[in-house]
Amino acid sequence: MAILPPGVSAANFAKALKEFEAAVGKEWVITDPDEIHPYRDYFSILKDQDDELVPSAAVCPDSVEQVQAVVRAANKYKVPLYAISTGKNFAYGGPAPNLRGSVTVDLKRMNRVLEVDEKRNTALVEPGVSYMDMYRHIQERGLKVMIDTADVGWGGLMGNALDRGIGYTLGPYRDHSNACTGMEVVLPNGELMRTGMGAMPGSTSWQDYKYGFGPDPSGLFAQGNYGIVVKMGFRLMPMPEHWRTGLITVPRRRDFIALVDMVNYLTDLFVIGEPIYSSPLNGLLGDAAFRRAALDFNEAEMDRIAAANGRHSWQVELQFYGSERTTLANWEWATELILRTVPDAHCFAGDSLRMPVTTAQIEAAERPYPAPYSSVMRRNVMHGVPKLYMWRSPGRTDESPETWNETHIGLFSVVGRSGEAVLKAQKDFQDIVKRTRPGAEFVASLTTPLQWNPNTFFLGNSFFGTATRNDNSPEGKIRQLKELREVLKLNAEAGYGDYRAPPLLQDDVADQYSFNNHALRRFNETVKDAIDPNGILSPGRGGIWPKAHRSRRGAVRK
Amino acid sequence: MKTAILFKKLLGAMFAVALLAGAQAAAAQDAATVASGKVLFTRLCAACHGADRSDQGRAMLPGTDALRIKYKGQLPALLEQRTDLTPDVIRTFVRRGTWSMPPFRKTEISDAGIDAVSAYIADAARTKR
Repeated sequence: MAILPPGVSAANFAKALKEFEAAVGKEWVITDPDEIHPYRDYFSILKDQDDELVPSAAVCPDSVEQVQAVVRAANKYKVPLYAISTGKNFAYGGPAPNLRGSVTVDLKRMNRVLEVDEKRNTALVEPGVSYMDMYRHIQERGLKVMIDTADVGWGGLMGNALDRGIGYTLGPYRDHSNACTGMEVVLPNGELMRTGMGAMPGSTSWQDYKYGFGPDPSGLFAQGNYGIVVKMGFRLMPMPEHWRTGLITVPRRRDFIALVDMVNYLTDLFVIGEPIYSSPLNGLLGDAAFRRAALDFNEAEMDRIAAANGRHSWQVELQFYGSERTTLANWEWATELILRTVPDAHCFAGDSLRMPVTTAQIEAAERPYPAPYSSVMRRNVMHGVPKLYMWRSPGRTDESPETWNETHIGLFSVVGRSGEAVLKAQKDFQDIVKRTRPGAEFVASLTTPLQWNPNTFFLGNSFFGTATRNDNSPEGKIRQLKELREVLKLNAEAGYGDYRAPPLLQDDVADQYSFNNHALRRFNETVKDAIDPNGILSPGRGGIWPKAHRSRRGAVRK
Repeated sequence: MKTAILFKKLLGAMFAVALLAGAQAAAAQDAATVASGKVLFTRLCAACHGADRSDQGRAMLPGTDALRIKYKGQLPALLEQRTDLTPDVIRTFVRRGTWSMPPFRKTEISDAGIDAVSAYIADAARTKR
């Protein structure tokens, strides 16, 4: 069923569509419901409901000038737009807008890799360039740089960075938003702006110095709605000669604190890539006595049963990029550091591979560590090789042959980067599950942090991400929505903010950041109203609602 | 009379040459479609539905593995071995999505591109590539 953008008459919408057609060509203005279908969030909790966040149309420009023309026409008729790049940000809403009835600006046709400089280690790309496109571009030319890819390689460099996406290699590269070196943006009035050195006509150092002079507004465009980014620069990692891994285990639960301290030290000296934490004790959860102890956070009993089973409590896999000799020296240094504070830690040397690695090495089953320890490190992302391996998780598997995860959603809370903070957060998260879903059994005491961003920990309350896999009824999905909203509220009460969310939950996450009567949101919306008085660009994105649509904040399924 | 017969023969020969040329052109066009379909399949489909191994020792990529579980050996798990996939069937799956496979927009693959992928799959299955 055709829908109209909110606040726009049928006559004006028809005129706007005509102007969009004049800008991009009739073929690239999409109004047919069948062709609109892929612009929905395929994993939406509200799928097929009357209030599902679907667009009214899509318009697909192929150039900056066409984007400008679309924005100007939208201003004329006050048609809300919602820009997407590759549209594959699943778990965070996919291509769907925050405001039902928006017109999606699909930038996938703008898919040119404009520049890769293997001496300066930078790139400049258009919005539609996926990780797979970029990898292919580099491989075909034999360039000696690597990318830091998201888990699912069909996503795009720009869109991922603009949603503060993350990767797996060295710190400066895996914080994708921070790896941005400058951008070109179509502002809400249709004007074109460049940031950093790009703001200087004739500059030859756009990708070298992201700040230029004066305030750098490029951060405003991540998880925001202040413009449509049409070019973005990135810092790339030069291809190292060698990659080495090693596994460190510590025996007791409280040893986690010393383990994190050591890893933080190496992270902040830029010695290691992303560390991968996990607990070998997950393998004991089938033991009733251990499970009880884990549920009760009975640390002495957990330590006793772990020791009786010959397992250490925690492990971290470290990875080193460099030369064969420097990576060896750094691994040996890591072992020295942990043994100073936890003398009975175990250190196992892991992979030692010349880079770039081969496909066979990525696919290999052999893992270097002795039982009961094993590697959970996924080699392709550590080597910047985009794949879809992770897309196994929401789909049909041997463990789940008849159901799939119809409401694939990502929610991860920011937790302080220390062992103490993680051990406390585990208890807090278990308490949140108990309060949100009384009677549910959830072992949180073995949940380990994700250091996707080098400077903090993310902790996933995975219980709620998977709890409805077996209840895909509309009622089950709505129940999940209510639970997730409650979880976000309780997270905030406990001091945990979430870092990213699908549109349906962005107002709830923005609500968490309420210091001084929402001073941050009021600032963001003051800026929004000043530069986008008609409120046409992605209303609601990041919880930022322009004046014209502010009454719609939190209105969906409240 | 002789001239008329010769003229008819000449016309017939010309017609045969034209037919042959037409057939060759069509074959060349088919080959080009299959080749472009292979490129699209490799770029857009093979990461899930290809024949490669998966990571950490898993034998199959996610899409191939899902079809193995679904068909239990009654149909090939690999799309490139399927002879029953018409262009309409492939178009439906690509544009509507199925299970965890999301739908693809026409900015990602055009209708002609889907037809080319269909032609490639049919050719691959026939020639057992």
